[in-house]
Amino acid sequence: MSNLTVARGGLPVLEGVSFALSAGRALVLRGPNGCGKTTLLRTVAGLQPAPVGEISLDREAMAYGAHADGLKATLTVQENLSFWAQAFGTDDVEAAIDSFNLDELRTRTAGTLSAGQKRRLGLARLLVTGRPVWILDEPTVSLDAWSVKLFAEVVRAHLAAGGMALLATHIDLGLEEAEELELAPFKAVSRLGDDFDEAFL
Amino acid sequence: MSALLIRDLRLAMRAGGGFGLGLSFFLIVVVLIPFGVGPETALLSKIAPGVLWVAALLACLLSLDRIFALDFEDGSLDLLATSPLPLEGVAAVKALAHWLTTGLPLVLAAPVLGLLMSLPMAGFGPIVLSLLLGTPALSVIGAFGAALTVGIKRGGLLLSLLVLPLYVPTLIFGAEVARRGAEGQDYMTPLLMLAGISAAALALLPFASAAVLRVNLR
Amino acid sequence: MASFWEYANPLKFMRTTERVLPFITFAAVVCFVGGLIWGFFFTPDDYRQGSTVKIFYIHVPSAMMAINIWVMMLVTSLIWIVRRHHVSALAARAAAPIGAVMTLVALITGAIWGQPMWGTWWAWDPRLTSFLILFLFYLGYMALWAAIDDDDTAADLTAVLCLVGSVFALLSRYAVNFWNQGLHQAASLSLDKEENVADVFWYPALVCIAGFVLLFVALVIIRTNTEIRARRMRALMARERQA
Repeated sequence: MSNLTVARGGLPVLEGVSFALSAGRALVLRGPNGCGKTTLLRTVAGLQPAPVGEISLDREAMAYGAHADGLKATLTVQENLSFWAQAFGTDDVEAAIDSFNLDELRTRTAGTLSAGQKRRLGLARLLVTGRPVWILDEPTVSLDAWSVKLFAEVVRAHLAAGGMALLATHIDLGLEEAEELELAPFKAVSRLGDDFDEAFL
Repeated sequence: MSALLIRDLRLAMRAGGGFGLGLSFFLIVVVLIPFGVGPETALLSKIAPGVLWVAALLACLLSLDRIFALDFEDGSLDLLATSPLPLEGVAAVKALAHWLTTGLPLVLAAPVLGLLMSLPMAGFGPIVLSLLLGTPALSVIGAFGAALTVGIKRGGLLLSLLVLPLYVPTLIFGAEVARRGAEGQDYMTPLLMLAGISAAALALLPFASAAVLRVNLR
Repeated sequence: MASFWEYANPLKFMRTTERVLPFITFAAVVCFVGGLIWGFFFTPDDYRQGSTVKIFYIHVPSAMMAINIWVMMLVTSLIWIVRRHHVSALAARAAAPIGAVMTLVALITGAIWGQPMWGTWWAWDPRLTSFLILFLFYLGYMALWAAIDDDDTAADLTAVLCLVGSVFALLSRYAVNFWNQGLHQAASLSLDKEENVADVFWYPALVCIAGFVLLFVALVIIRTNTEIRARRMRALMARERQA
């Protein structure tokens, strides 16, 4: 990622953001609410274009995990996971269920799960994608202390296997070894926004 | 791809309102028509093909906004867009799922409702054939409209306003096939036109839907 | 020589158009009033239709504009999609309500003309039906613009709608022709005009058409500049909030 500017609603929110991800490392993006963490992650994941800057990561290598888990309330835990496994062309649902301790919930429909259980299921989805780069937006929201630890272990295992992770959060993740990047200094201040604003101002 | 289709069909079956709703609506509209125009058999059998087509079209319209809106709200659409499935394929499969849950039941129910409308004997084949060829176009065009309005709160009414004018050619040719069939005339020309519209819509509109979805996810 | 694309810059567009606007407005008023007075008071009555034929001086130009404005929106939408010039998208947005009004005027004057001629206000004639469908397309297009908050998203979506809509509008035209062969006469004006309309009617009609075109250009310029200013204001306010 070099010299990235990201825009929300046609206005730049962050600019000149540069960072690098390498195999086996995790990077935590920090900053107050509304500073542009989600926008940055969506841009990196390829959901929205970056007005300026370059993303050298291959989109095919990334798995994106948003605020919303994208779960279907009327499907069971197992069905939710197997759908995503098939969509990503993998079949390793069992490992994902084990890692997030979802075994006893397997046949429950997602609609009947608690918020924390849903979140665990949403995170288990990352494992079934089989992709090396995880892009996670507030992954530990509504998880209890025990589940946060579980999540940290899964991320560590993923990194140990040569994976990468880019996380955005404002709370502690229990990943002491991760590098941190404070986003506040990159807040866009300039008049040189994207070409649209320049044209109109 | 097939996983997505199976998922959507399963969702439609589990959450009420997938299969049944469009079909019940179709039935109700057709039942209401004789109350409006009177029970005279000759009149009913004359307007039967058109009524069946308009009712089928409205029933299709009813469930359009669910095609993408539910996935948009719970975040699945973001995840689908970042998955290896091409968004064009996602749009096409979702239109197909809509057709299987709404269009196909209408095609199968049409003969029964034709009886209620005293459709002439010669008209049964053509009405089924024309709906079979025409409803896929309704689903694909509708999916495009649903993709346009996916980011809009309460976009249902706007969706109807956008989609109904696009339905005009399909309706004209479809109803023409059914009418000519019922009157015992040759219906090859409109049938070919109808098939042409469906084929072209199936081939091209998923690309437009995907382009529009990308804009809406931005 | 300056490139045409320079006018893609909103400020440049506003500066230039505001300079020519008074002349266009003046010419539009002259042609419009002149053409209508000429047509209404200084042409003979038609031997079959009497003086009702004179509504032709409003009906035909508005019908032409109704179609041409949609074509203009199609072109500007394409320019927006390909070259991302904001003025282009805003011009399409500005033109739509004018097109809708032109379509409505064509339909209403047609009804007023049709009543004495055909004995009915409305018939499901292919031409009439096509115009009604065109009117629905305009309504949908405008509703979509109005429903979306983000300007660029709205521009993208409406541009795609305009493209797809154009194909379906054309298709509807043929479908409707197939569906019902109607009572409307063939096009009144074409290059081999001798066959259709005599010179005495032809010249004032040309002036009226010029008046309608100029009126449209003037309105589009005013409305586009308004859109540019509104957009500029929104951008400034958003910037203010951010700072």
